[in-house]
Amino acid sequence: MMAAKGEVIRVSGPVVTAGGISPRMYDVVFIGMERLMGEVIRISGNKSVIQVYEDTTGLRVGEPVEDTGMPLSVELGPGLISGIYDGIQRPLPALKDMQGSNLHKGAFTEALDRKKKWKFVPCIGKGARISPGQRIGSVAETKYLEHAICMPPNMRPATVTDIAEGEFSVDEGICKLDNGEPLKLMHIWPIRQPRPYIEKLMPNIPFITGQRVLDMFFPIAKGGTAAIPGGFGTGKTVIQHQLAKCSDSDIVVYVGCGERGNEMAEVLTAFPKLEDMHTGEPLSQRTILIANTSNMPVAAREASIYTGITIAEYFRDMGLGVSLMADSTSRWAEAMREISSRMEEMPGEEGYPAYLSSELSEFYERAGRVRTLEDREGTITVMGAVSPQGGDFSEPVTQSTLRIIKVFWALDTKLREKRHYPAVNWLNSYSLYSDVLADWFEKNVAKDWPHLSSWAMNILHREEELQQIVQLVGSDSLPDSERLILDTARMIREFFLQQDSFHKVDSYCPIKNQYTLLRCIRDFHDRSVGAINAGVTFNQIRNINARKDLSKAKYMDDMDGFLKGVMVDLRKECGLWEEEA
Amino acid sequence: MKMEHRTITDISGPLVFMEATEQVGYGEVVLIRLSDGSIKHGQVLDCSKEMILIQVFEGTSGIDHEATVKFLGESFRVNLSRDMIGRILNGAGNPIDGGPAIPPDMKKDVIGSPINPYARSRPKQFIETGISTIDGMNTLVRGQKLPIFSGNGLPHNRVALQLARHAKVYGEVQEFAVVFAAMGITNEEAHSFINDFEMTGALNRAVVFLNLANDPAIERLITPKIALTTAEYLAFDLDMHVLVILTDMTNYCDALRQIGAAREEVPGRRGYPGYMYTDLAMMYERAGRIRGKKGSITLIPILSMPDDDITHPIPDLTAYITEGQIIISRGLHRKGIYPPIDISPSLSRLMNAGIGADMTREDHGQVSSQCYAAYAEGKELANLVAIVGRSALSDRDLAVLNFAEEFEDRMVRQGENEARTITDTLDLAWELLAKLPVEMLTKIDPQTIAKYHPNSKNEVKG
Repeated sequence: MMAAKGEVIRVSGPVVTAGGISPRMYDVVFIGMERLMGEVIRISGNKSVIQVYEDTTGLRVGEPVEDTGMPLSVELGPGLISGIYDGIQRPLPALKDMQGSNLHKGAFTEALDRKKKWKFVPCIGKGARISPGQRIGSVAETKYLEHAICMPPNMRPATVTDIAEGEFSVDEGICKLDNGEPLKLMHIWPIRQPRPYIEKLMPNIPFITGQRVLDMFFPIAKGGTAAIPGGFGTGKTVIQHQLAKCSDSDIVVYVGCGERGNEMAEVLTAFPKLEDMHTGEPLSQRTILIANTSNMPVAAREASIYTGITIAEYFRDMGLGVSLMADSTSRWAEAMREISSRMEEMPGEEGYPAYLSSELSEFYERAGRVRTLEDREGTITVMGAVSPQGGDFSEPVTQSTLRIIKVFWALDTKLREKRHYPAVNWLNSYSLYSDVLADWFEKNVAKDWPHLSSWAMNILHREEELQQIVQLVGSDSLPDSERLILDTARMIREFFLQQDSFHKVDSYCPIKNQYTLLRCIRDFHDRSVGAINAGVTFNQIRNINARKDLSKAKYMDDMDGFLKGVMVDLRKECGLWEEEA
Repeated sequence: MKMEHRTITDISGPLVFMEATEQVGYGEVVLIRLSDGSIKHGQVLDCSKEMILIQVFEGTSGIDHEATVKFLGESFRVNLSRDMIGRILNGAGNPIDGGPAIPPDMKKDVIGSPINPYARSRPKQFIETGISTIDGMNTLVRGQKLPIFSGNGLPHNRVALQLARHAKVYGEVQEFAVVFAAMGITNEEAHSFINDFEMTGALNRAVVFLNLANDPAIERLITPKIALTTAEYLAFDLDMHVLVILTDMTNYCDALRQIGAAREEVPGRRGYPGYMYTDLAMMYERAGRIRGKKGSITLIPILSMPDDDITHPIPDLTAYITEGQIIISRGLHRKGIYPPIDISPSLSRLMNAGIGADMTREDHGQVSSQCYAAYAEGKELANLVAIVGRSALSDRDLAVLNFAEEFEDRMVRQGENEARTITDTLDLAWELLAKLPVEMLTKIDPQTIAKYHPNSKNEVKG
């Protein structure tokens, strides 16, 4: 590596100015005697402005600066799975072994273990012509993951002169090429550069979350983007954890970006113990965690989002379904703001840099369903939490995010205070995929799925209108038919929308059960309408057993069977009313 | 031999600019000797080849071009010793109780280094504060950060002292200590703090830092960091369970804003610097537990919300960092209820990690959510009663309304020196819940009702 040497000429918190080097934008540099890692973020004349990924306390003017000539990159290869990294892909467990319980400056460790040997099985032979992105073999990294080894997208096409099965460490050559370039199990890729693909495809398959309110009313597609804004305490993190645990993806990349250390500890200790409900393996076998908590250096927080999405793209390129959870993108935006203010840039709204929305859209655009270089289909679904200041959705980060994303899951403080979880507000949230995905739901779940969903939403809207009257005159003065709508809305809210993430059954509701449950509520409603028309009073309906039983359905192991019983009872009871009337 | 420089060019608010004649380190501590011989401390905020920017902790009054500056070549460090327990120190860590100087066992950087998230262990185990609304309804857990949001003129300092007096952990041999740091408090308050700590004997297990309102604002920026460094020493070097109480963080944040303004930084919301979140997080995140270490740091920052506005940047950013919040309510205070803790908007995110059969009692979680539900309903009914009058309520609704009133009167209200055990609190909750129709207790399962409901106990006895 060519290393040009320069010196520090100014230190202002995490931003350092250096002279005497002539780097390219976003080159990585090492600063000072402690070799702090940084990245060039502005070049003006012969001065380079650097954001430093570590604490700069004690750094002096005049200390040496070394340009590596390389942009900030991540290591991609076998060994990523179950990795726990900081924002610039330093493995936290290795750092703990090196430095003890606290993080200190100037540590350098490789992201992928160099000692571990992987059994490589080629899928092409000698003499094969290979092009970038094409797979040459695989490593069985976990029981369920065949980690495809592909030719890195930034290499030139070549002919294989030698390749064999064997045990290799990540940095050993596994294959000889006629142009002499080395091909290893791992390669590096700059984090700010999206990995190439042939074309983007329209997302058309739902990303099933097992959360009733999301799947039924605001579904997200595989390869889609969603934002989860909400004030503090509304359960953003719980939803993100829930999505990481239950979602149907091959790989989950979880980026803890500037959030709480204790919550990260929860993720780090709980995930390896939890079971992946799709394979039965520990969750950590499909998860990569990036933990850059709020007290870790702010520049590394800025990088953590890119580190996460680059790793996600790497797995996407193997033709896998990847989901990325970023908690929280507001902290990332704040990191940008902090760096921007240290660079004395002209601020945009609320002190955020003017390029906030273009950075956000660049990030979200890296999601998607694509045709990979070797003509497979891969997806990245991105779900970003947003922490609006003061719970006010009009602030710049929420607003800039809304312009890009397709699904909006708005969390609500009022619902939180009523202990309604998940506190997704059904009036404000939306999904632009509902129509695209309707086909899939009709084919794979039930013909009337879209109708059912809009019926329920309609009832909830009616409730909202009726509530305004109720607040003035009380619910007793409403006619029975309207009281019934209020009651059905309550059933939808309490029996269907509310979901207990900590309950063993309720935590994940299969898509079929979601349908059956809502369908039963609708049947109940329709029968009640019939009964009221026949002269039965609202209070009679309210007190029947079937209604009480419906409330328990979501906790039942065998929900389907249970609901069948409930419906039989309902029919009997309805019969009785009608006779009475 | 360290050089003294006489190159100060500009002085502005708490900041001093000087020509760079020596290459100094970022964050380095400096001594400024005034022309009258007195000494002030400062810290390097920005340094380049030409210029050095220093923030002066004791304020810049009296500094002129003649003042000399000496760089100490190290970042801000604080002396630490077990003997700090039982002492009252000023905001910079020097004794003000008339006692002898404290011989240091160790010196540590006040900024500290972030805990590796991988080395953290999840907070659990109950801390008993003796206050029912916290223990019963928003349980505090070891290693948690749980702030108290209050307002001007509300008795948050009395609550803070009560916590300092009564908080304890169960079932372990480790020592328990309190680190109490007050920032920007008045002389009067300081007096009553000192009195209270000395009279009640709470001082025997506490380290008290007092930064007064007339002390320079900039010193407030360092006080909580010294307090947390002390806490880290007690917790992770001496294996103690440490409860840190910081009051009032609003004064700290205002000092931060003052520095930002003096540096002519681009302000964020309401003039507070854009990095306030990071700055607060760097402190609050020093709380926690570490795998393989016996001690723990539990943090209770107290802040007064300007104009009781919870969306103000200080409470807002704080709540995004901490694991919940306890709200002191002006409404309850006006009703004459002490401690006026409003449980509805309060929340302890880690409560479930600290309660249950092994830690408090098996019925704790259910009793608490039942109280929450009934109290919320009762409060709604109270609004309705204001319009339609009590007579319009059904018997059931009347029972709920009475529950809410009695809850405030007996559960929320308690004496300043009354330390209730968790058993007291839960029994009291049952006594109140027992006045509700039993079929209303939907959040509690039948076995638990059979075991703990006062009426069902009587049946067993009778």
